[in-house]
Amino acid sequence: MSRIAAAALAGYALSHVGAILFAAALPVPRADGVLAAMMFSFAIYTGAIMWAFAASSAGRAWLGLLVPTLVLALPAWWVSAGAAA
Amino acid sequence: MKDGFRQSMAWLHTWMGLVLGWLLYFMFVTGTAGYLDTEIDRWMTPEAPPAAHGVDPVAAARHGLDWLGREAPRAQSWSVSLPVDRNSPYLRAFWRGEDRGDRGRAELDATTGAPIEARDTGGGQRLYRMHWRLQYLPGDLVAWLISVATLFMFVAMVTGVIVHKKIFKDFFTFRLGKGQRSWLDAHNAVSVLSLPFQLMITYSGLIFMMFTCMPLFVTAFYGGSEEARQRFFDEAFSGRSEIEAAGTPAELTDIAGPLARAGARWGMDGIGGFEIDHPGDANARINVYGLYTAGPLREAPGMVFDGVSGELLETRHAGESAAKATRDVFLGLHEGMFAGPVVRALYLFASVLGTAMIATGLVLWSAKRRQNQARRPGGVARGVVLVERLNIGTVVGLPVGIAAYFWANRLLPADFAARADWEVHAMFLTWAAMLVHAAVRPRTRAWIEQFSVAAAAFALIPVLNALTTDRHLAQSLPAGDWVFAGFDLGMLVLGAVAGLIAWQLATRNAVEEGAAVSRPGRADAATVLATDESVQH
Repeated sequence: MSRIAAAALAGYALSHVGAILFAAALPVPRADGVLAAMMFSFAIYTGAIMWAFAASSAGRAWLGLLVPTLVLALPAWWVSAGAAA
Repeated sequence: MKDGFRQSMAWLHTWMGLVLGWLLYFMFVTGTAGYLDTEIDRWMTPEAPPAAHGVDPVAAARHGLDWLGREAPRAQSWSVSLPVDRNSPYLRAFWRGEDRGDRGRAELDATTGAPIEARDTGGGQRLYRMHWRLQYLPGDLVAWLISVATLFMFVAMVTGVIVHKKIFKDFFTFRLGKGQRSWLDAHNAVSVLSLPFQLMITYSGLIFMMFTCMPLFVTAFYGGSEEARQRFFDEAFSGRSEIEAAGTPAELTDIAGPLARAGARWGMDGIGGFEIDHPGDANARINVYGLYTAGPLREAPGMVFDGVSGELLETRHAGESAAKATRDVFLGLHEGMFAGPVVRALYLFASVLGTAMIATGLVLWSAKRRQNQARRPGGVARGVVLVERLNIGTVVGLPVGIAAYFWANRLLPADFAARADWEVHAMFLTWAAMLVHAAVRPRTRAWIEQFSVAAAAFALIPVLNALTTDRHLAQSLPAGDWVFAGFDLGMLVLGAVAGLIAWQLATRNAVEEGAAVSRPGRADAATVLATDESVQH
């Protein structure tokens, strides 16, 4: 089902970009940020899965997950690439 | 809209709970047993002496080093863990060579230094290992399976709370003997009562698995190469600095010196043990560590000494990084290694409730559908029947399998080479037999028969113990041997509970049968089979 794919894939992506930004906002060393992001990502993932099944249609489920993922992707890429350099 | 939301969450809760429900049940049962891992270890090695707490750590350490010096003088590293608390009843020595497989270990008598000889067994550790490593399946697959199951569990819990709007009102509602409603009430009661524990255990379970299922964070911040990954682990878990062997032999300093310095800081009973890198080399390093189990923070302080001069080189404190400390507290809470008898009993209670939460949820799923479908012309769907049968064979069958694991420990000959493995095979073969039984017998009879088998399998374990060892209840109770007495009594309680359920089911079944075919008091297999079949088709 389309919703399951949205929950699993788009939810996974959103949990990553969201938690990366969360980690970048913390005033901690890089390795600690990664640990914090990993721990926090499950909360986002859970919320995303619930959204995917609460949305009124499968299309809205995808939209509601992909739009924030894409919006956050650029700053997330920027902070993580900056940290990796 | 609001009701729509709750409905979709109810759907999510139902299906996420069902799909991996049996795997979660397996994890809860073995995890519950895991809170008594060392007690089970000890019951499964009845030859081993009682725990050796309160011995002089320096004398014990010397015994450990003597054994290591005899056994593996050229090892790359030695380690000795001291018998400090319930998690480490005996003095243990361990060595590792250059190659990965090159290693050895022993449990030693802390006062004489003689190795403790006991039967080969998987013990409680093997049972606990199945909690996160399962059995018979490749490691990578298992890691993902466990991760997904844990995530499902967490989603099921959060959605369960949302679905369950009148949390406190319902908590005091219990409608007995009302089919589906009773199962719902039971599911609510056990879940709500232990909710904080279940949230903690599930989220910390996810944190255990995070390097498996969230590896991309490391890639994002460090890059995808193997070196980048290693750099992350070095930074995050900055262990003590590694040093190469010098290649020139040198005598190891007396261990009493480093232990005394560490003991001055943490107390002599706060020393967990020590590791020695390159023993007998000029660059030997002694790393003395404190207790991992002093509190929920699963991290121990450490002191590194020069192995030849005995000079203190560096000191590590626990809880230096907030993020790592958060993780270690979660992991420490999950494992509950710090728990004393009272807290351990609470852990046990909460995880039994968690097991009951899964079991009642699974039964509720099928009870609800059977009740709805029994009235419609097509009868009960095949899927429901399948779930019912899996429920019987797992909810009761798996615990019977674990009883078989204990039976095998006592019955397999002590010199049988693969006995530790066959203990495990006995467990899974028994479980498989219970699943087959559940599949072929009529539903109600299957429940009754399986609970009867469970009652006998558990209640007879103390008898078996008395026949095969001399540490039976008549001996362990007067001697105050609480590990053995507690285990045997616990088995009696499990047997009694299973017997009570079997008896209850049989009585109720007889009454229902009596009402259905107006032959009061008779519940012979043929009539039950007939009614059961008629419901199915």
